[in-house]
Amino acid sequence: MDNERCFHCGLPCDIDAVLFQDKSFCCQGCKTVYEIFDSNDLRYYYELQSAAGKTPDYAPGKFDFLGNPEIAAQLLEFNNGKHQVVEFFIPSIHCSSCIWVLENLQKLLPEVVQSQVDFPKKTVRITFRATETDLKEIAILLSRIGYEPSISLADSGPQKKPEDKRLIYQLGVAGFAFGNIMFLSFPEYFEVEEFWLDQYKLLFRWLMFAFSVPVVCYAGLDYLTSAYKGLRSKFLNIDVPIALGILVLFIRSTLEITFDWGSGFFDSLSGLVFFLLLGKYFQKRTYSFLSFERDYKSYFPVAVTRINQSREEEIVQVNDVEKGDRLLIRHGELIPVDGILQNGEAEIDYSFVTGEARPVHVGGGEKLFAGGKQLGGPIEILANGKVSQSYLTRLWSHSVFGERSESRFKTLTDRIGKRFTLAVLTIAFTSAIFWAFTDPSKIWNVFTAVLIIACPCAIALAAPFTMGNMLRIFGKRKFYLKDAAVIEKLAGVNTVIFDKTGTLSTRKYDQITYEGDALSPQETSLLKSTLRASNHPLSRSLYQLLKEHDITVLDQYEEHLGEGLYGCKGSASIKIGSSEFVDKCTSSSPDRSVVHLSTNQEYKGHFILQSQYRDGISPLMEQLAQQVEIGVLSGDHDGERNRLEVLLPPLTPMYFNQSPEDKLLFVNGLQDSGKRVMMVGDGLNDAGALAQSDVGIALSEDINVFSPACDGILDAGKFKYLGQYIQASKKAMGIIRMSFVLSLLYNLVGLYFAVTGQLQPVVAAILMPLSSISIVVFTTMATNWLGKYIK
Amino acid sequence: MSVIYVLLTISIMVALLFFIAFIHSVRSGQYEDSYTPSVRMLFEDELLKSDETKERKTPEIQKTNSKSKQM
Repeated sequence: MDNERCFHCGLPCDIDAVLFQDKSFCCQGCKTVYEIFDSNDLRYYYELQSAAGKTPDYAPGKFDFLGNPEIAAQLLEFNNGKHQVVEFFIPSIHCSSCIWVLENLQKLLPEVVQSQVDFPKKTVRITFRATETDLKEIAILLSRIGYEPSISLADSGPQKKPEDKRLIYQLGVAGFAFGNIMFLSFPEYFEVEEFWLDQYKLLFRWLMFAFSVPVVCYAGLDYLTSAYKGLRSKFLNIDVPIALGILVLFIRSTLEITFDWGSGFFDSLSGLVFFLLLGKYFQKRTYSFLSFERDYKSYFPVAVTRINQSREEEIVQVNDVEKGDRLLIRHGELIPVDGILQNGEAEIDYSFVTGEARPVHVGGGEKLFAGGKQLGGPIEILANGKVSQSYLTRLWSHSVFGERSESRFKTLTDRIGKRFTLAVLTIAFTSAIFWAFTDPSKIWNVFTAVLIIACPCAIALAAPFTMGNMLRIFGKRKFYLKDAAVIEKLAGVNTVIFDKTGTLSTRKYDQITYEGDALSPQETSLLKSTLRASNHPLSRSLYQLLKEHDITVLDQYEEHLGEGLYGCKGSASIKIGSSEFVDKCTSSSPDRSVVHLSTNQEYKGHFILQSQYRDGISPLMEQLAQQVEIGVLSGDHDGERNRLEVLLPPLTPMYFNQSPEDKLLFVNGLQDSGKRVMMVGDGLNDAGALAQSDVGIALSEDINVFSPACDGILDAGKFKYLGQYIQASKKAMGIIRMSFVLSLLYNLVGLYFAVTGQLQPVVAAILMPLSSISIVVFTTMATNWLGKYIK
Repeated sequence: MSVIYVLLTISIMVALLFFIAFIHSVRSGQYEDSYTPSVRMLFEDELLKSDETKERKTPEIQKTNSKSKQM
């Protein structure tokens, strides 16, 4: 029996561990979950994976809004009055035990008919009898066992589009045709002068033709349309020579079998399309549990409590909030619209919205902005307008968030494609002219053979396989990119802009300095015991930073929201909090987070907390500064400028007090002066800059929680390796260039056969797959080797 | 009619059958989640075990043992 770790969640147990059935638990919450599982015959949960659980964090009343039929209707996928189906996103799904317990929900709640987990997406689809239970009850049950569903404004409204399966179908068609055509053309490879083969040759050939029609018309259609679009916009992309190759292969082969000139190249044709699609499929590696397209809607709640004319509380959808509504915001809830504080004391955490690290104290009659989180008790606000009209959400009406601008960026493959197409056409025409003088009967043969053999299958495969593998390598290191093109953009970046709060610094504090009279051991113990009971971010940080002391049980404890704490034990009492609360005098120092304290009515001193900067910032910045220009763009005040100047290379430009829109415009300005900008940020206030920049990377402490729309999500713990990742992307581009050279060598060999008029179908059938496979092997090995050297 | 037509027809029919099976598998969502079923498959045995062990413990344990040996 392990006494140190919680049996449910595996976290170390404090001295206040809860013992139950010979097992220790770190808190009551974990014990409760164990009890639920234990009494419902779900103990197998712990056998499957030990300490698999999550501590439940459920605030009563949190899911009350699900009782509102209008809101529930928006979340339900299916409803016939009798049965209802809902799909919940549950970020805490992480192991096989989670799947098992969630799929056995009916043991806990018999009204559940069926529940099915989609592990990669971290969702559970629950079918339940609507007559006997409701959405609210299910959400509460899930929260109680530590699987709290995440429900946000983005979940209501129009349902998401079903996934595009077209590529899988195309791949299936091409593979099916490729295999069958190979079988049918096998006899012809040996060219045996055999009576039976000769007699049925025509039948075999027409069968191959029949198989290759869907390959050209369905599986390879995207290449033809893309080439057509490219030509119409007067741009020779890589799809032009591919489409040319496909068409020439198909037309020449059809003519050959019609007039009995030869067996045609149907095998090479289907193989080519199959390999190309395989590359596309490999590149399309998406992290289905992450979303790169989120806007403020994923952060905002679905419902809010409104106080109507007769002072009754009612739950309404956030989208229905109108100007002049009175809203009730409880502890820990988000302010959904701009408003004016009417009642209560507000202590608002704006860090996600403005980048300001410190919670802000707001008095009655003052303005509150949407997106802030109330840390104090319940408050009443008067809405100033709809959700879409608030200071923060107006950012999304900027044109950056309209159409995704794919325009400016042309991939390396496409740039090569242009030169390649011109070269191939030149060779084809030159050799045709040459043969026109030597042996005119061979013109058609040579001209088409050049176009066939030069079809840049291997070139088109180099980028998808390299990038696809790099995506996988980065993904393993918790650097999740939206798509393969981001790697190429990353390699070309020459300016990197960082946000401060949440990006360079964490949202925690790590440095404390104490100014004032020294504290006796009893006082320190009292201080720590009092802090322990509070959930305020400053008290939590201070509690963790103070050294170990005996924790005593207090006789009396009071928390004055927005002001401070009061604790007493025997004759000793302590007051911790704002200077007004502790000492009645107002000596606030706005640039720093200060906690004052007094014992037995006597002022002792104050703690100054400073935000913690991430590990390895200085080396990272040194490294980056050698390659690119760096800068800092912060929404916070410049109180930490001096500390940053020490950490960052000298003369790093720093801009403070930047609004979300300022950040966007700043990035735009850099781009106009020819810079390719990478923005690293984390909050909603960076959303505009992330969208505007060439590469927007969102830093995230926990990749399951909200991060704004971006090109990539980086785990905060890996931030110090950012420089390495940029380097690796550059090297990946080098690998692609090397594979281009390799595939050109194959093309030269093929061209020799083509130009001299000796291209046999069997040569094409060997050479084309061989070049493709060697490119795949080369890029995979090279990227894996590269991957070994990044952390 | 030569036997080769019959054979070809059969072989293409078989190939088409598999192709249709593939289309069906994509339609029914088998490619949407390629991970969870692999885990779920392992549960069903265990579920059975925990349900039945209450009634008759020994035969069931023997059964699962022999099964694991086969695997």
